[in-house]
Amino acid sequence: MQDTIAQLKRGESAIITDVSSANIPLKLLEMGCLPGSTVKLVQLAPFQDPMYLDINGSHLAIRKETAALILIEKITHE
Amino acid sequence: MSKQINVALIGNPNTGKTSVFNALTGLNQKVGNYPGITVEKKEGVCKLPRGVKAHIIDLPGTYSLNASSLDESVVIELLLNQNDKDFPDIAVVVTDVENLKRNLLIFTQIKDLQIPTLLVINMADRMSYKGISLDIEGLEEKLQTKIALVSTRKNIGIDKLKELITNYKEVSSKPCIDISEIDNNYFNNLKKAFPNQLLYKLWLVITQDVNFGTTNRKEFDAVEDFKTKSKGDLKRLQQKETIKRYQFINNALKTGQTIDATQAKDLRSKLDRILTHKVWGYVIFFAVLILVFQAIYDWATIPMDMIDTAFAFLSEWTSDHLPAGAFTDLLSEGIIPGLGGIVIFIPQIAFLFLFISVLEESGYMSRVVFLMDRVMRRFGLSGKSVVPLISGTACAIPAIMATRNIESWKERLITILVTPFTTCSARLPVYLIIISLVIPEGRFLGLGYQPLTLMLLYLLGFGTAVLSAYILNKILKIKNKTFFVVEMPNYKLPLLKNVLLTVVEKTKAFIFGAGKIILAISIILWFLASYGPGENFNSAEEIMTEKYASQNLDEDDLNHKIAQYKLEHSYIGISGRAIEPAIRPLGYDWKIGIAIISSFAAREVFVGTLATIYSVGSDDEETIKNRMAGEVNPILGGPLFTFASGISLLLFYAFAMQCMSTLAIVKRETNSWKWPVLQLVIMSIFAYIVALIAFQFLK
Repeated sequence: MQDTIAQLKRGESAIITDVSSANIPLKLLEMGCLPGSTVKLVQLAPFQDPMYLDINGSHLAIRKETAALILIEKITHE
Repeated sequence: MSKQINVALIGNPNTGKTSVFNALTGLNQKVGNYPGITVEKKEGVCKLPRGVKAHIIDLPGTYSLNASSLDESVVIELLLNQNDKDFPDIAVVVTDVENLKRNLLIFTQIKDLQIPTLLVINMADRMSYKGISLDIEGLEEKLQTKIALVSTRKNIGIDKLKELITNYKEVSSKPCIDISEIDNNYFNNLKKAFPNQLLYKLWLVITQDVNFGTTNRKEFDAVEDFKTKSKGDLKRLQQKETIKRYQFINNALKTGQTIDATQAKDLRSKLDRILTHKVWGYVIFFAVLILVFQAIYDWATIPMDMIDTAFAFLSEWTSDHLPAGAFTDLLSEGIIPGLGGIVIFIPQIAFLFLFISVLEESGYMSRVVFLMDRVMRRFGLSGKSVVPLISGTACAIPAIMATRNIESWKERLITILVTPFTTCSARLPVYLIIISLVIPEGRFLGLGYQPLTLMLLYLLGFGTAVLSAYILNKILKIKNKTFFVVEMPNYKLPLLKNVLLTVVEKTKAFIFGAGKIILAISIILWFLASYGPGENFNSAEEIMTEKYASQNLDEDDLNHKIAQYKLEHSYIGISGRAIEPAIRPLGYDWKIGIAIISSFAAREVFVGTLATIYSVGSDDEETIKNRMAGEVNPILGGPLFTFASGISLLLFYAFAMQCMSTLAIVKRETNSWKWPVLQLVIMSIFAYIVALIAFQFLK
C-alpha cells in the first residue's frame, strides 16, 4: 500500500504524488496541494487529528480522513 | 461631476485585503448587505490624484472563483454581470508576499475574465524577515499587470496604488491561460455555440451554481445544453485547470521571486509549538476566555453605571423642565428610559467585538479551530463551530452567518441550531441587572460571586449548546460527506485601525438595528401603560382617594397608590395580569411577564421595558436598578426579586429563544421555516420547565 499524508510523523516531509481521489475537495488543490508539492507535518492535534500541514509554504489543517486520500512519497532523511 | 472609477478589491482571506480597503477609504466607508442575502457588503470612496474619485468595493475573501459558499458566490456574480452598477472598471487583487503563489490563483482567474487587473503585494515589510526578494518589473511582464508593493502596516505603497488606479485604462486585460487546453474537444464545441462569449466565463457558468440577474440569465440559457458532463468529469477538469494555473504561476515566480530560506526568522513555528500544544494550547485558550469574560464584567460595568445614572438624570430633568403634558411624559417615561436601555449596551458590545476582532486578526482563532476540531466533532460539530460559538457571545446573528465556511452541511446545521444558546450580549444586561440584585457581593477565592455567576451562565450557555449538538447529532439523519480545510495564517499583531473600525462599525450596526425595535417597543409600551379602558382606569383618582380616605395618607403615598392602580388597570396591566397565572409558578409578577413578552422581539428589550413600566408607575426618577430592587411581590410581600425568582429568571433567559432577528437569519440560512420554528418551540418550552423547577426548588 502506498503512503499517504495520514502516515506522516511530526516534522517529516514528503512529496505529494497523487490527489486524484474524488473525495479530495477542490479547495485543497486550489490552496496548493498538488502533485509535486512538498508537504511537511507541522503539528498534530490530540488523537492525531486534525493534521497541521505546510504544503509548499501554504499552512493549512485538514482532517485525517482527507489526509489519508493524498498519496505521497516520503523523503528519506540522512 | 465626472464618473467615479469602480474598483473591486479581491483576494484570499488573510491577505490584509481589508487593511488595504481601510487605507484607501479611511472613514469614508459603509457596510450594508447585498440585496436579498445577508452577505456583508463593504464599500467606500477614495480620493485619487487629480481630483478623480474611486468607488471601492471590498468583496468577501475567497480562495478562488470556484465558489463553495454564499459569500464567495457574491464575487462571481458581480464579476460575471457586466450590467451590475458595481461592475469593476478595474479589479485589484490583494496578495500576501509570503503566500504569493497561492494568492495568485484567483488573480489568474480574474485575468481570464479579461477584466483589467492590478496586483497588490501586501505585507511588504515582512520580506526581509523571510528573505524574500522580488523582481517587480519581471513579474509585471510575466503576469501582464501593474504591481503595487504595499505595506499597510508601515503605510508604504498606498500612493502608488492610488496612482495605478487613476491610470486604470493603461492596465492590461490579457488572459493568463487558455482554458480550452484542458479539454480541446469540449471547449471547441462550446466556442461554436457561443462565438461571442468568453470561454472561461462560460466555463464558470457551467461549473458554478450562480444566481444571475434576469437580464443576464437569458444570455446564458442555452448553456444548459452543455451541462452534459458528469459531476466527476467536471471536477477532474477543474483539477486540471488548477494544475495548469499553478504551472503558469510557478513559471512567473521562477524568475520573479527568490527566497533565501536561511534569512527567514521563524516566529511562527515557535508560537505554534506553544499555542497548538496538546496541553498548553488548551490551557492558554481557556485562560484567554477567562480573561475576556472577567474584563467584560469589570471594565464595562463602569461606563454602564455612568450611562444608567446619566439617563435617570436626563429623564428627571426633562420632566422637571419641560411643560407638563402627554408629550413630556412620553419623552421622560417612554423614550428616554427606552433609549437608555439601548445605549447601556454600548460598552459591553464594543468590548466583545474588540476581543473577537483581535483574536481573529492575530491569526489565533485558526489555532483554536485546529485544537478544537476533534473535540467538537464528537458532538457533531466542526472545529470551525468554535468561531460561531465564540462570536455568539456578541450576537447570534453574525455568528450564524459565520457558519458559512463550515463545509459539511450537517455540522453547519447543528452549529446554527445550537448557537442561540451561547450567551449573546443582549442577555448580558438582563444578567447583569438581575445578578446585581440577587447575588451577594462577597468573594470566593479572590473572585467576586457576581462575576463568577456571570461566568457560570456563560459556561451554562456553551454547555447547553454542546450537549444539544450531541443530541441533534444522534437524531438528525443527514447523509454527510465531511471535509475540513482551514488555513493557518501567519501570526500578526492586529492593526489598531482595523480593530477600531470593526468595533465602531459592528457596534453601530447593532445599536441601530436593535435600537429601532427597542425604541418602537418603548413607545408602544408607554402608550399601553399610560392609557386604559373603562371606569377603573379613568376614575382611578376618585376610587383611590375614596378607598384611603379614612387612612390619612400623605400626598406622596396617595399619588403612588393612584399611579399603581392606574398601571394595573391600563391596557398593559390588563394583558399582563391575564398571563400572570402562567408565569406565577416561575416567581414572576405581571410586569416581568410583560417584559418577557416584549423580549420575544429581542431580549435586550427586557431592561428597557421594565424601565418604562416602572417609571410610569413611580413618581421619583431613579436608576433602573433601584426601581427593581424596590418592587414588592404582590402576593408574598417582600422584594419581588429574590434569590429564587432571580435564578429562575436568569435560567429562563439563558435558554429561551427570544430573538426574532435570529429566527429570521436561521430561516434565511437554512432556507426553511422548519428549523427556526423548532428552535423557538423547543428552546422556549425547555426554558419554562427549567425556570419552573429552579423557582419551586429554591423558594
